Order: sequence, then structure tokens, then C-alpha cells
Amino acid sequence: MEIFRAHVLVCTGTDCAASNSVEIINTFNDSLIKHNLEKEIKVIRTDCFGACEDGPVVVVYPEGVTYYRVSLKDVEDIITEHLINGRFLSRLMVKRSEAEAELPVNVEETNFFKKQRRIALRNCGLIDPENIEEYIARDGYQGLAKALTTMKPADVINEVKISGLRGRGGGGFPTGNKWDFAAKQVNETKYVCCNADEGDPGAFMDRSILEGDPHSLIEAMALAAYAIGSKTGYVYVRAEYPTAVKRLKIAIAQAKEYGLLGQNILGTGFEFDMEIRLGAGAFVCGEETALLRSIEGKRGMPTPRPPFPAIKGLFGKPTILNNVETYANIPVIVHSGGAEFAKIGTDKSKGTKVFALGGKVNNVGLVEIPMGTTVREIVYDIGGGIPNDKAFKAVQTGGPSGGCIPANHLDTPIDYDNLIALGSMMGSGGMIVMDEDTCMVDIAKFFLEFTVEESCGKCAPCRIGTKRMLEILEKITSGKGKLSDLDDLERLAVAIKAGSLCGLGQTAPNPVLSTLHYFKNEYISHVVDKKCECGVCKALTNFFIIADKCRKCGLCAKKCPVGCISGEVGKTVFEIDPAKCIKCGACEEACKFSAVIRK
Amino acid sequence: MPSHVTETQKEKFDKLDSFICQNKENPGSLIAVLQEAQNIFGYLPLEVQKKVATGLNIPVAEVYGVVTFYSFFTLEPKGEYEISVCLGTACYVKGSNLILDKIEKILGIKAGQCTDDGKFSINACRCIGACGLAPVITINQDVYGRLEPDEIPDILRKYREA
Repeated sequence: MEIFRAHVLVCTGTDCAASNSVEIINTFNDSLIKHNLEKEIKVIRTDCFGACEDGPVVVVYPEGVTYYRVSLKDVEDIITEHLINGRFLSRLMVKRSEAEAELPVNVEETNFFKKQRRIALRNCGLIDPENIEEYIARDGYQGLAKALTTMKPADVINEVKISGLRGRGGGGFPTGNKWDFAAKQVNETKYVCCNADEGDPGAFMDRSILEGDPHSLIEAMALAAYAIGSKTGYVYVRAEYPTAVKRLKIAIAQAKEYGLLGQNILGTGFEFDMEIRLGAGAFVCGEETALLRSIEGKRGMPTPRPPFPAIKGLFGKPTILNNVETYANIPVIVHSGGAEFAKIGTDKSKGTKVFALGGKVNNVGLVEIPMGTTVREIVYDIGGGIPNDKAFKAVQTGGPSGGCIPANHLDTPIDYDNLIALGSMMGSGGMIVMDEDTCMVDIAKFFLEFTVEESCGKCAPCRIGTKRMLEILEKITSGKGKLSDLDDLERLAVAIKAGSLCGLGQTAPNPVLSTLHYFKNEYISHVVDKKCECGVCKALTNFFIIADKCRKCGLCAKKCPVGCISGEVGKTVFEIDPAKCIKCGACEEACKFSAVIRK
Repeated sequence: MPSHVTETQKEKFDKLDSFICQNKENPGSLIAVLQEAQNIFGYLPLEVQKKVATGLNIPVAEVYGVVTFYSFFTLEPKGEYEISVCLGTACYVKGSNLILDKIEKILGIKAGQCTDDGKFSINACRCIGACGLAPVITINQDVYGRLEPDEIPDILRKYREA
């Protein structure tokens, strides 16, 4: 084996790759050859490292120094300064949180990483996902080897039960129990399926695991197959994730070549093979029965449960379905034991959870925290707080099925049950931070537009009810709402939750209920005062020119399509006539001095 | 240039035929076949759906049912440059609706439509998972992130002149 004195890890996740990180790798390789260093220093293409806000990210080991927002012209400096002269390049190092006293040298010592505990993401950003040897070097396939050679299928299920692992895709059903139901079915044919149809807008942890550590999914599905007695697996991936599909295909081929998939795995006689199925864009396919219909090539419409898929699932056979993040924990649980895993987390929620932290927060990215971490720790310590000194308003979790957590609940420890109690849910792990400029009525409308579009139309409460709710919200945001609308919204919401067939409909009203509960004053100011304090809802917004800032240039008046701005160039401050204004925003866009504001 | 622009109609149907032959024994292959058909033709007109139905020996109604259920499939041709504006939550909170407004205004079409010259179509899409770059759009395979509405005219100009 070749030994290198330093390793340069370059992230090629979606965000970083869009910022040229593939070119950066090529430039590194070319320059290293120019400096005769190609035998001393190795450049490794990794996947998402989690610090997406500041990509492209380059990490130099052994020191673990992290350089952010690296551009092509920085490559030469990193080589001459760091790799040749041994001096860190402080201009590319970033303090990602106010709490940090000085520039962090080792990436693992930064606040962003210190509060995290990486199990599902253990290999993301550290290994080359297209090289099975790197996965094996990090204890990969050890769990599978241990299970096949020293454990009975029931022992595997037992370890998963002891670990307390609950489904990471939304509902939080205990994974071990699910497997147990399927294992107890007597049937020649059973299926192991993976939900990689990450449809929750704002969540991208499953994509990162598929792209950054595809072998962990393969190992986990083989373990699940061994546990329940299955020979065939299906991974249902979003068509929007071409890189994930490519990496998974490479990984499956490598695993077959190494005898870790296919017939007679590790010489034990165990047989398992898997296939990729591409989704075609339907959010409802995140619901398990709908997803299985879609793998069968049909319209992805849910069916009533029972029968549960563990009894009668894909092609009518016993089937287990877990999501990517759930599976990514399995190899660790089997390898190190369920009891070890159960030490992490809270009483009823064990282990860690990955969140895709996004929206109005400084450090956008993927974070994996032990259950029980507070919302405040995630937003402020890991996320580095809100940009531009704006005030925090809420975080939204659980996407279109979830709700908002307002400022007075910032210190709630995150676990399944606490989030439900707050009227939100874990969901697949999107966590969107909202600041004072975010209108909560508009956000509720945004999520409802989403569910109305994605409702499959099978059952009336969801198909018709969500549409009626959206119409009421549109009335409110266009200034035509009345107070009784708020009661109607609530009544509809309760009926839809109770009457819908599947999880999509049962949770669709949550964003409205939660914002009505915590931000009723915003609804009231839309309805009674006909005002949107955040200036988001156009019909309720008025444009003003701040007299002190106006330089009397007249550009706004020139751009105004209805001629509602008056003033004399160079002489008087310009003014908008609110009666004539059509609120198009052209003046705001035209003004070079930020003198036009909306209120 | 994508292959569906350069190949003749016959070449396209031959390609679809051979894909159907390879996959028709595989249970539940309809969606995969339709995805390939859309790759080949760029969209799924009725004649293509009929071909798929005959090839897989299922009713055209079933094919049409699946095509219209999933948002990935389209019955209308798309523009040479497909502009996808991400309206996922992270992008929305950071103003992606303003980006969409701007693009619609410049091109004079709405999301879901194609310009008369066939050059551009707009697609309002859900999260593409690049939340660190919010707000983000993609034009065919190119990704543009951390956008301001002011940057849109220059970006579109590049493609218009291409």
C-alpha cells in the first residue's frame, strides 16, 4: 500500500460541485505533479461534508484544517503555503460561529462539528464513495460478516430492537418490530425495500448518504434481508438525484464483484440481490403503500392499512420498507451492538437524527445531533445564528406534514414525542429557520399549495378539503379575509386529519394548525388590519419612499408603469400615491439607494 | 444537444422498441420504460404512449393514467433549455418566488409553459437538495445558486445567444 504524508479531501456534493469543486480536484492533481508532490500527497474526491453554505470545502489531513469557499486560484496557495511550507492559510479559514474565540485549526474542534455526533453520516465527506475499499477500511461490511457468520436472523432483529431505533422517515415506528412482523410471515418470497424518494422540500440527508456512502445502504439492506428471510431488494430513488443513482449503481457492481451481493455471500450460502427503481415525481410516494404501488409500475396511490406491507406488500408479498437514514444506522448497530447505540439519545428516542438545516441561518448544511439536543443548540451553536442580526421567529420541521416551533420553545430537547407535543413532527429532517421577515400566513399557504398539488386525489377529505383550505388562505393573503375564516380553517383542518386515508392527508393541515396556534396575531393582522407586517403578501403591502434616503434622482418614477410616483428631479423628494400603486415593485428594484421600502 | 433533437423519428421508435424488449419481462417496468421513452423523445405524445402500451401488452388507459399521475412525465414538448426554479422551502424562504417572477416576466411565459421559439421552458420544481445554494435554479445541467433577481437577465442572455 502506498503511504502519503498528506491527504486533501475535496467535497463534490451537489452544492460544492455546482461551485466548481470537480475543476478544483483536477487543478490540485495538475499542480501536485508540477511540484513533484504526487507521490507524497493524495487528493480524494469525497461527497457532502455538511458545510454546504461555505462550499466548495477542502479539508487537509493529517491536521484536519478546513478551507471554505475555495476557488481555482486558491489551489496553488494551499499547495505552496500549507503543503510545502506548513503554514495554514488563514484567509480561507472561517469562524462559523460567534462563540468561537479564534480560527479553528482542526475541523472537528469547531462548534459546527463538536455538538454533532455522526453515525448515519459517519463516512460522508471522509471517504471516496466510488471506492469500496475505503468503506471496508472504515469497518464497512463488518456488521454483515458478523451477522452471517455468528448470528441467527432472530439475533439481528433482537439487536435492532435493543438499539431502540425508530424509523427516520417520518412516523417513527420501531424498526425492530417492523422487521419482526415480516420475519414471522411464512413465505418463499419476501422483499426488502428502501425509500430514497426524499420528497420533503428542504431535506437532503438521504441524498447525501446515497452519494457519500452508498455501501452503508447496501450492507444494511443485506442485513435486513438476512433478518427477515428475503433474497431481493429494491431501492426507490428520486429521478431528480442522478448522482445518487450513479454512485449506487457503481457501489452495487463493486459489492457483487467482492462477493458481498449476489449468491453465496461471504461463502455462507446466503443470497441477496438488489435493484434500483426510479421515482417519477410524486410526493405521495413517500407513503409506504403508495411507494410499493409505484415500484410495481402503477399510479402511486395509497391503500388502506391493514394489511400492513410486512404482511402483504410489494407484489402481494411480505415486505419491509425503511428510509435511507434508518438503514444507514443498521451496520453500526449490528457491528457494535444495539446496547451501545441505545446509550445515545433520550428515553424514547435513541441514537441520532440528521437535519438539513436551511433557510435564514448562517451555516446551512447537514447536521447530525444526538436526540435530546435543543433547537437552540442547533440554530445558534451549530447553525451560527441568524444572518444580518435579524430576530429569530421560528423553525419549521417535518416539511408539509410538520409545524413551526416558535422562540419560546427554543430550549425543547428534540425527540419524536416532544416535537409531536409541540404540534410539529420529526418528519424526514428538514429544519428551516425563519426570521422576522418571514410571513407565517404565507408559509402556511406555501405548504398547502404543495399538498394540494401533491394530493393523489383518491380520498375526498384530502383532495377537496385541502383545496378549500388553500382558497381560504388565498382570500386572507389577498386582503379579503374575515375573522370567521380562521374558525373555518380550523374546522376543516380537524376534519381532514380525521378523515384522510393516508399520512399525506392526515398531516396536511399541520402547517396551518401550527401557525394558527403560535402566530394567530399575524393571521388577525391580515384579516382585521389588512396588513402583512413582513411585507410578503403583495396585496397587503404598501410601498413607501423614505424621505431621508431619497436622492431625488427620479429613476423610480421613470420605471413606474402606472405613473403613480411624483416629484421633481433634483428638487423634491419623490412620493408614491398608494391609491394608484399596483404594487409591482419596479420602483424598489430601480432605486439604487434602498429608499423604497415595503410595509 | 440532447439526442431527441438530432435523431429521426424512426431511429427513436427503434430505440424505444429495443428497450421495451429488454424490459418487458421485468415486473413493474412501465415507469422505467416511460422514463426511457421521455429521454428518447423529449416528451410523451399519444403515439409514443400507444407504442408503449402495445409493447408491454397493457391498455393505453393504464399508460396514460401513469403518465398523468407523475410530475416527471410531460405530454408537451419542453424547451431546448429547461429552466427549473427550485421552490423548496429553503429556497422559498430566501425569495425564490421573486426569481421565478423575474424569469416569467423576462420570457413572457408562466411556469409550465414553453416560449414560442421553443428555446426556453420554465418548470417550478420542488427541492433539488442544494439548499446551501438557496435560492437556486438549474438550466438543463447547469446549476446557478445564491441568486438575486438582478442576475437573471445576464444568465438568460448567455443561453439566448448560444
